[in-house]
Amino acid sequence: MTDIAHHIPEAILASYVSGTLAQPFALVVAAHVSICEDCRANLAAHEAVGGALLDDFDPISITGDLRNRVMAGLDDVVPEPVRPRGDDIFPTPVLEALGSKPPKWRSLGPGAKQCILNAGKEGSVRLLHIAPGFAVPDHTHGGLELTLVLQGAFKDETGRFARGDLEVADDDLEHTPVAEDGKPCICLAATDAPLKFSAFMPRLLQPLFRI
Amino acid sequence: MLGMIVDEHKILDGAGLAPILRQARHACKISRERTPVTSAMSTTFTEQTEWMLRVRDARDRDAFAMLFDHFAPRLRGMLMKNGFGAAQADDVVQDVMLSVWRKAHSFNPERANVSGWIFQIARNRQIDVIRKDRRPMPEELAMPESTDIDGEQVLGIEQEAASLRAAISRLNPEQRDLVQKAYLGELSHSEIQAETGLPLGTIKSRIRLGLERLRHELKGER
Repeated sequence: MTDIAHHIPEAILASYVSGTLAQPFALVVAAHVSICEDCRANLAAHEAVGGALLDDFDPISITGDLRNRVMAGLDDVVPEPVRPRGDDIFPTPVLEALGSKPPKWRSLGPGAKQCILNAGKEGSVRLLHIAPGFAVPDHTHGGLELTLVLQGAFKDETGRFARGDLEVADDDLEHTPVAEDGKPCICLAATDAPLKFSAFMPRLLQPLFRI
Repeated sequence: MLGMIVDEHKILDGAGLAPILRQARHACKISRERTPVTSAMSTTFTEQTEWMLRVRDARDRDAFAMLFDHFAPRLRGMLMKNGFGAAQADDVVQDVMLSVWRKAHSFNPERANVSGWIFQIARNRQIDVIRKDRRPMPEELAMPESTDIDGEQVLGIEQEAASLRAAISRLNPEQRDLVQKAYLGELSHSEIQAETGLPLGTIKSRIRLGLERLRHELKGER
């Protein structure tokens, strides 16, 4: 847990706190914070900025009715939803996105599988399962891509990424992540644009595979 | 401009405050029972922290009423600035304050300050209202089994949160407005840049040091 070397960039964390970060990225941020002490503290610091702003807001007086309603509501018994507990691979927010069921993997070609968690206008987020020694096909990006390693490790032109490490890729990065020997590499990957696989699959097929 | 930044650093470094704070921290190794909380409890923390702990540990309604009287009008101000109508703002205030009561068990003053913790609940509720899908949230940490509170750490967090607040209030009105818009989600960071030509980095440099020091406290590194 303390070995995490690649963290959430400041601007992305601030965006998460403000609620403007697109849903697919917000899931990656929540997953990383679940297993990264440093970013948890950093998140709380950004929330404290929000708290400082809240403190400074001109109070607008509250009518007695609202106060009474809230005080009366204290007696209501509202069962709190029980959140799944993160396991050795999947942190709580990922389990929630999976509906607490095991991922349904679909082949992406040799050594690679994916399980799409969410795809919409804001982008998409998926789990990737890469067999040891296999590469995620060489691809370039049409936008921002966040990749969080949940199990195993991969290496690419920019470094080594193991459990908890977050890789931030944008338009400029053309890279070939290769899974290390050992356990299969499982990643949570979010993007706001379709990935453009340059070597692996003709672009025309991409909509079919939703990648 | 440069003068302002230098000046701020001086304030944030708190040359005069540091020794006093250090002393206060050493005098503040607090151990208290989680339930029930007695009236003998320390009053060295901010009122808000004390109220919150009384709500958490003793389900104290009077303390909750104090929290309500402090935060509800400010939440209302924030929501209405955010474009909520009065009735809708009231609904959200109600939900947020009831969440404060119901989620109090997960408040840990060694890891968060009260205002930041309530801000986060309020933003979540707002996002729920505005969008269909909920914002994914990190796993909550299990509360420590020990009932001891590291008073030193709590004081450190409170102190740095106060410095951060001071740094924000020293921004000029336009810059403060931008920070507000950024954290209240009214503008994306790129929109802020486009609107004013002012990179957020410049604004952030004014609060960066405060963030840095608060983060340091939140990690419990000293």
